[in-house]
Amino acid sequence: MTRALILLRRRLVGSVFVLLIVVIGTFLLLEAAPGDAVDAYIVSTGGDAGMIELLRHRWGLDQSELTRLANYLWALLHLDLGQSVTFSKPIRDVILERLPNTLLLMVSATALSFGLGSALGIYAGARPGSFRDRFLSISSLALYAVPGFWLGLVLIVIFAVDLRWLPIGGIETLASDRTGLDRAADIAIHLVLPVSALGFIYLALYLRMMRAGMAEAWRQDFVLAARARGLSRRRIVLAHVARNALLPLVTMLGLQSAQMLGGSVVIESVFSVPGLGRLAQEAVAARDTPLLLGIILTSAVLVVVINLLVDIAYAFLDPRVGAGQAGA
Amino acid sequence: MSPLRRFLRTPEAVAGAILLGALAAMALSASLLFPGDPQAIAGPALLPPFQDWSLPLGTDRLGRDVLAELFHGARTSLAVGLAAAAAALAIGAVVGTLAGFADGLVDEVLMRVTDAFQTVPSFLLALAFVSVVGPSLGIVVIAIALGTWTGPARVARAEVLSIRERDYVANARAIGMHPLEIAFREVLPNALPPVLAMSSVIVAAAILTEAALSFLGLGDPNRVTWGGMIAEGRTVLRTAPFLSIVPGIALVLTVLGVYLAGEGIVETTAVKRGLS
Repeated sequence: MTRALILLRRRLVGSVFVLLIVVIGTFLLLEAAPGDAVDAYIVSTGGDAGMIELLRHRWGLDQSELTRLANYLWALLHLDLGQSVTFSKPIRDVILERLPNTLLLMVSATALSFGLGSALGIYAGARPGSFRDRFLSISSLALYAVPGFWLGLVLIVIFAVDLRWLPIGGIETLASDRTGLDRAADIAIHLVLPVSALGFIYLALYLRMMRAGMAEAWRQDFVLAARARGLSRRRIVLAHVARNALLPLVTMLGLQSAQMLGGSVVIESVFSVPGLGRLAQEAVAARDTPLLLGIILTSAVLVVVINLLVDIAYAFLDPRVGAGQAGA
Repeated sequence: MSPLRRFLRTPEAVAGAILLGALAAMALSASLLFPGDPQAIAGPALLPPFQDWSLPLGTDRLGRDVLAELFHGARTSLAVGLAAAAAALAIGAVVGTLAGFADGLVDEVLMRVTDAFQTVPSFLLALAFVSVVGPSLGIVVIAIALGTWTGPARVARAEVLSIRERDYVANARAIGMHPLEIAFREVLPNALPPVLAMSSVIVAAAILTEAALSFLGLGDPNRVTWGGMIAEGRTVLRTAPFLSIVPGIALVLTVLGVYLAGEGIVETTAVKRGLS
């Protein structure tokens, strides 16, 4: 336990540095954008040059870049991301409103891709070189080549337009005042298609990793030893071969989290899910750069947290990790 | 057996090569077969495929020839995919070599920057970059490269760390070569093979990212893109789903071709190295 804690502390310190680079880098990138929050505001409300001057002064936009970066970082320490011009609300509140939908989408898609992907990978890897192994490995490669947003549209055409089994988009039925389990079921039905579109592509990744890891594990001595001990094939596959191939998949889970967040931007757009990704698009369309900055930061923090959790899980799953790192 | 022979004996690799060959042929022949503006109106709107043989794949919502758009879109996909992957591999190789060869503070700073780039979802970064600078082909290439150079950088660094202790590097130091010269003329070329082995995955990712950006309306507005065609078809998804489905199939076949050919190349060269 203490080992895991030491590991966690080291990672936390490193993460703070990395996040600082992200904040400064993104701030400077978005500074380069033509137009600022005042321009965006004036477009929607109208106003003369005096008004523009006044707003620039009030929002601190007439100060130097460095001062504003310092102000931004200071505000950030108080978890203040600034004010969104398009939503006329604190950016933090806007993001927190949308975040649960994205998290729900990501967690479900991860569960689908990791669960089904590793299960199919075990099924394929249990008999290397067999027909089912070759079939699954080729079809997973084909699946990996599919753009998620296009898969989403195809699923909509089949299941929402033609068969009318599932809703075409959104996160829940609007103005239905469902509560409790009824509402949860409604949200679950709305999530089936977006989660499939996002999850099936990564499913291929986990399937292929599992299969490759198992092919590697079959050649190890401990498999021979397990055979010599007369263990059943089923037990060898599950307890020895698959178990050893599973660890790299856990690492992948963390590495893929950033990819999946990026993927959910497009999927949310296809299925009109009001999440972080759609918010990013709205921010781009409205030229609301502070909002975009806030979304990028939130995503980065999310990725860091997920990777920390994966590291902790890894330390528990593989006792060698903590021992080596903490001693170094 | 020569590597080419071995490549041709792998069915997956041959399938990949055929797919890529077809794509290249489409891209190269686009202006020969379909001269003029592919975005010009060519016939009645929303003509279904296989109805009129002068417009084999039909027309879109504005009456544009889908087949012509498909050919010209192949050009954009291929150009952006290759250019972005080349840029990502180049940036990655340079950063990785510097970090691995310099060690100390330079290594630490470069690797933390790499971490930072890996922490921000690359698609979000590309979205922000294109929206700040404005959509054009070059900007889309840079935006995609910004999110994909980190993998090659890590691989290059790991390789450089193992190479820099070798004798010929010590020899180069002994004859007084400048460290930067050693890094880029002696170490980098030898660290390249594992970095180049990643190219198929990176080209595929670049093509998919370009498609997603164009799908969201952030592609170059003056060029036909498959992502843009899918987005365009989406508005009539209920009545004319083929408009979105056809360019998507082209995308899938392209990316699949890249994967298959890439795996074939890696496999044949790996066997070759294993034998020697």
